[in-house]
Amino acid sequence: MVNKFWPIFFMFWPILAIVSFVIAPSMNWWFPGPAMSPLGQQIDNLFYLILVIVTVTFVGTHVALGYVLWRGVDNKNTKAWFSHGSHNLEVLWSIAPAGILMFISLYQLDVWMEFRVKSHFPEGTTPVAEVTARQFEWRIRYPAPGKKLMTTPQADDLYTVNDLHVPFGRPVSIRLRAMDVQHSFFIPELRVKQDAVPGTVIPVWFEASKPGEYDLTCAELCGWGHYKMRGRVFAESESGFDKYIRTLQAEQNFDGVTQPEHSGAQIAEYGIEDSQ
Amino acid sequence: MSTLNPAADLSSHAHDDHGHHEIGFVKKYIFSTDHKMIGIQFLFTTLFMLLVGGALALGVRFQLAWPWRAMPLVSQVAELIGGPNFVAEGGQISPEFYTMLFTMHASVMIFLVIIPILAGAFGNFLIPLMIGADDMAFPVLNMLSYWFMWPAIVCFGMSFVVGGLNAAPAQGWTSYPVLSAIRDSAPGAGDAQTWWLFGLTLVGVSSMMGSVNYMTTIINMRAPGMTLFRMPLTIWSMFITAILQAFALPVLTAAGFMLVAERMLNFNFFVPGGLIINNGDPTVGGGQPLLWQHLFWFYSHPAVYIMLLPAMGMVSDMLACVVRKPIFGYKPMVYSMAAIAGLGFIVWGHHMFTSGMNPALGMTFMISTMMIALPSAVKVFNWIGTIWGGKVEFNTVTLNCIAFVSMFVVGGLSGIFMAAVPVDIYFHDTYFIVAHFHYVLFGATLFGCFGAIQFWFPKMWGRMMSERLGKAHFILTFIGFNGTFFPMHLLGIAGFPRRYADPYIHPYMEHLMPMNQFITICAVLMGVAQFLLIGNFISSIFIGKKAGRNPWNANGLEWTAPSPPGHGNFDILPVVYRGPYEYSSPLVDDRDYLMQTERLDPKPAKEREADDAPSDSGGDS
Repeated sequence: MVNKFWPIFFMFWPILAIVSFVIAPSMNWWFPGPAMSPLGQQIDNLFYLILVIVTVTFVGTHVALGYVLWRGVDNKNTKAWFSHGSHNLEVLWSIAPAGILMFISLYQLDVWMEFRVKSHFPEGTTPVAEVTARQFEWRIRYPAPGKKLMTTPQADDLYTVNDLHVPFGRPVSIRLRAMDVQHSFFIPELRVKQDAVPGTVIPVWFEASKPGEYDLTCAELCGWGHYKMRGRVFAESESGFDKYIRTLQAEQNFDGVTQPEHSGAQIAEYGIEDSQ
Repeated sequence: MSTLNPAADLSSHAHDDHGHHEIGFVKKYIFSTDHKMIGIQFLFTTLFMLLVGGALALGVRFQLAWPWRAMPLVSQVAELIGGPNFVAEGGQISPEFYTMLFTMHASVMIFLVIIPILAGAFGNFLIPLMIGADDMAFPVLNMLSYWFMWPAIVCFGMSFVVGGLNAAPAQGWTSYPVLSAIRDSAPGAGDAQTWWLFGLTLVGVSSMMGSVNYMTTIINMRAPGMTLFRMPLTIWSMFITAILQAFALPVLTAAGFMLVAERMLNFNFFVPGGLIINNGDPTVGGGQPLLWQHLFWFYSHPAVYIMLLPAMGMVSDMLACVVRKPIFGYKPMVYSMAAIAGLGFIVWGHHMFTSGMNPALGMTFMISTMMIALPSAVKVFNWIGTIWGGKVEFNTVTLNCIAFVSMFVVGGLSGIFMAAVPVDIYFHDTYFIVAHFHYVLFGATLFGCFGAIQFWFPKMWGRMMSERLGKAHFILTFIGFNGTFFPMHLLGIAGFPRRYADPYIHPYMEHLMPMNQFITICAVLMGVAQFLLIGNFISSIFIGKKAGRNPWNANGLEWTAPSPPGHGNFDILPVVYRGPYEYSSPLVDDRDYLMQTERLDPKPAKEREADDAPSDSGGDS
């Protein structure tokens, strides 16, 4: 049995690996929640498809490896099997993986085209904001209520930092830019990632299927503060989004001089004394 | 060859130095032109750098497990030596220092460990010995290739100190502009980055000298009878690697000079106009940051295969020897290496799926990337086929080779997730990729190197390395390695991004801290285990069991030379009669190996034809 230690050793760790993947979701070592967007759902499905194929291959190769090692230790012949290989086997194990790999690559092209190719964006994708990344924050520019997002900043545009509000339940897009170095716009729960490249404007679309608050992080090294470039994405109902934009407009246009139509609460928020 | 006198040497084997004049100390041990000494110099240098790179990695790991805590030992040492900046932090890792740690960990490991240990150490030592040459084609160039490593090391070292510890290069080993092009963009983007770029260029010069030499040597200096398809797979892998290196490296060198010109001479390649960096003046110009990424990955993706192929070749040779069986499918092994090298040139875009390049390019790069998994799979199947029906004895070499195959399977399979563009949208720049490339570069390449050190050590020093220490080193490294890198797959699935000094400020990653602490403990175990390797290596030079010419009963030409071989390598002029994998051949009855140089008694023509016929895919053709 002593000579079987090493074949068992080499079989032991794949089992541990499989077990860790099986228990991972229940231990919360898995995706940060289910995909909160239709495209993210498709990405997850692709992930699970590849996971199945890969797991079968992983188990298969390791069972084969364990088997040949086990038999190799037992080999009591004076000489090993004198074989230089088998042409048929080579053909078989070249063509089979080639077919599987080709299937994986072609099967997923649609999802990629939907995500990145502009002509394949879902119908009715509307630009809601321009997001400009800089060290180490996200600057957001919305058009004024009722207006369209223009490529150049307009006098009545509305600005915030780090908090991106979008309506949920329909595809929206942002114009992604970088003001200084390269960054990457990453919303893990929506499975969206796109680098922000200085000098280039990249349209990114996504759709939050449920209302809620999602983390926005930077996924491309942008300097010492890369880790703290935290933003939030708020997915809201149409009316909630509308209300947010109007509030933002009111706040931005508020010049510090109390107007009768402003509520006391809003003034209190800015800590400005009633000047009457 | 010219230095050999076969007639004289055949009569006196022990006479190693061929009656040449004595070589002085400096010429023999320092500025040596002997490929064996240069290989050993490379090996010592890279093993030392392995410890440096490992220490940097432990710094990274410490911060991820216990963020902002004063590092044990380091904080005390910092207080003692009163280093600048570092003391102000109280031994704590600052975010600037953290970005520098992972940047230099990658730079040291890739450019000063993995590439030079494969091509520099083993390539130099093994190529002439395995093809039956007395030295490299260009011995002086060979010497220079080692001595150009040192200016590179000095440049990398300078980049640590010119701006203080908090302002070392911190742009990642990929050094993407604009971060690396504008001095104000980060503390480490000043002079440190310039020194780093010079270091990178010098490493390239060193590699280029080596690869020109390897190609010439392998093409021109093979022993009589050593046809291309009788070459050991190690030589094939070194040959293919040298070609890859020679064609890919100039692009990186050019890119490096472009970046230097951009930084120092106000050229404009990578920085677009109108950027406001760190509240400075807007930049002027019309560069494109993606240009760097294309140029960089045009080299650095083939470089991944430069960091892998030689290990594949060496493992093939070692595996056939330890299981006493011919390699399964010799020619498919050669063709798949060539396919990996060829496809390796057209897959660089898979590093840029999320970079904003034309999405149509993403599709083509995905297909070529998927296809490169095919030759890799063929190789794995052939290794398993090689063990199939063999007589397996588990010594340290076997263990490391099996680990190589097993880890390479994981690294290869995890790559498929990222080759799939839509899935890569999520996994790009998360810890999934960190797990993936450590499985390939550490799990495969370094385990292959550990095996190779054990296997060819007797040829270097005439003594064996300790089996007991070797096995202890293997088992600790293997456990530490898998404990460190396997959980990183799960971190990646959880959306844990790379290069974060403190990921836990993001609520969705808070619960991952215990897993990171587990990883760090495993990493420390793995780091400590490397001292067993170093200890075993150094002590065995002096007290190891004496080894004869052929301690492993292997077939290759290197085992016909004395251990260690003298100047000029061979005391018997090698003539090659067959391929290198004729283990357990039925042509000989009393032993299970048949050396490449062994001339069997001529048989009647008919009988000989019958014997030769079955070995169609193997060596004898």
